[in-house]
Amino acid sequence: MLNDDALTHDGLDVTQGSGSVLILACGALANEILALIRLNGWDHMSLTCLPAILHNSPEKIPDAVRAAVGKHRDGYDHVFLAYADCGTGGQLDALCEELGIKMIRGPHCYSFFEGNDAFSARAEGEIDVFYLTDFLARGFESFIVKPLGLDRHPQLRDMYFGHYTKVMYLAQTDNPELDKMAEAAAERLGLAYERRFTGYGDLATALGGLTSRA
Amino acid sequence: MSDQEEDIILSELNDEELVQQMHDDLYDGLAEEIEEGVNILLERGWQPYNVLTDALVGGMTIVGVDFRDGILFVPEVLLAANAMKTGMAILKPLLAETGAPRMGKMVIGTVKGDIHDIGKNLVSMMMEGAGFEVVDIGINNAVEAYLEALEKEEPDILGMSALLTTTMPYMKVVIDTLVEKGIRDDYTVLVGGAPLNEEFGKAIGADSYCRDAAVAVETAKEYMASKHNQLAAH
Repeated sequence: MLNDDALTHDGLDVTQGSGSVLILACGALANEILALIRLNGWDHMSLTCLPAILHNSPEKIPDAVRAAVGKHRDGYDHVFLAYADCGTGGQLDALCEELGIKMIRGPHCYSFFEGNDAFSARAEGEIDVFYLTDFLARGFESFIVKPLGLDRHPQLRDMYFGHYTKVMYLAQTDNPELDKMAEAAAERLGLAYERRFTGYGDLATALGGLTSRA
Repeated sequence: MSDQEEDIILSELNDEELVQQMHDDLYDGLAEEIEEGVNILLERGWQPYNVLTDALVGGMTIVGVDFRDGILFVPEVLLAANAMKTGMAILKPLLAETGAPRMGKMVIGTVKGDIHDIGKNLVSMMMEGAGFEVVDIGINNAVEAYLEALEKEEPDILGMSALLTTTMPYMKVVIDTLVEKGIRDDYTVLVGGAPLNEEFGKAIGADSYCRDAAVAVETAKEYMASKHNQLAAH
């Protein structure tokens, strides 16, 4: 398991491997992508990650992606961007078009973990649901509580979360410890709690389509 | 705040020092101090509108600039906004009584499917601070809710907000409906929210995309001035 704090703030240098395909991912997906590479024997893939905390200022993601693609693409046959739209308002999609690379379909990781079609079908009934993933359940403190200032100013909680009713933990793995952490996060936010197992959803499908000649 | 600053007694400051101190207190999100400062200025005979513009809006403008420049972050802006809200609560009824200048009227709401309202609330507050009458219709608004508010309130400006990539296209549904009904040009449509950009604003047929509350206020003022000039020319 990689260090979540480093994935949040520093990202991840390119992993060892003889990969012909480089996965350029959000740090919040690093452990999941490495698990998929391991499980499926995708030896043609290497992984590098941008800091997950970029999600707190999505307008910075496209420039960071552009720089990383420029830095790495000469060393690989193909680069694949393991981001969804992630709050960039279509800018990542446009950038991928410009750079001639592909990315994951969907609005965000909650959606592609669940499966974009399934998530979309539920979306209307879940507008007041705050989602956690494995990464966010583990990193609730450093990714959510501290950046939102809730550790220093707990009185802000209802300004951020007043319209939410429930925390939904979308679980990539069966891990009772993470379940407990997610439930504690819900309690801290004063919200109801539910867990829904998703596995890796469309992330697995998207990466599975990347052959060495992707 | 330093120990030295904690000893400051607001009532002992002259007007200029007090306004400066209130800017600092807003910056630090000190609601009680802002409440006290507002009351002191009113007791000294200040017009409510001047308290609002000089002490509160002036202070929040500094907060807005430092947020834009990456010096302040969202939690600090929210604390400052809370402090300003405390001051506004005292001033609002007085402003109504004293007939303060009215810049125009705005209906504002977050679009259908979206419950996020921090940005919208900041815009509402800053617009009120700038002398606009603001009717906030809240979160998760379907097109019917916007239409009802527009008909009832007859505003100059419609503001729409969205935080999610998945909900921002709904702004176009609202604008297209206004076009269908032949009332699009009756309003200036301003849009904002984290995933939006200028290109999106143009593509959906809004008049302007506003990247933050301060820009929203300036843009609204420009449109009102231009509207005024057009009326004067006829």
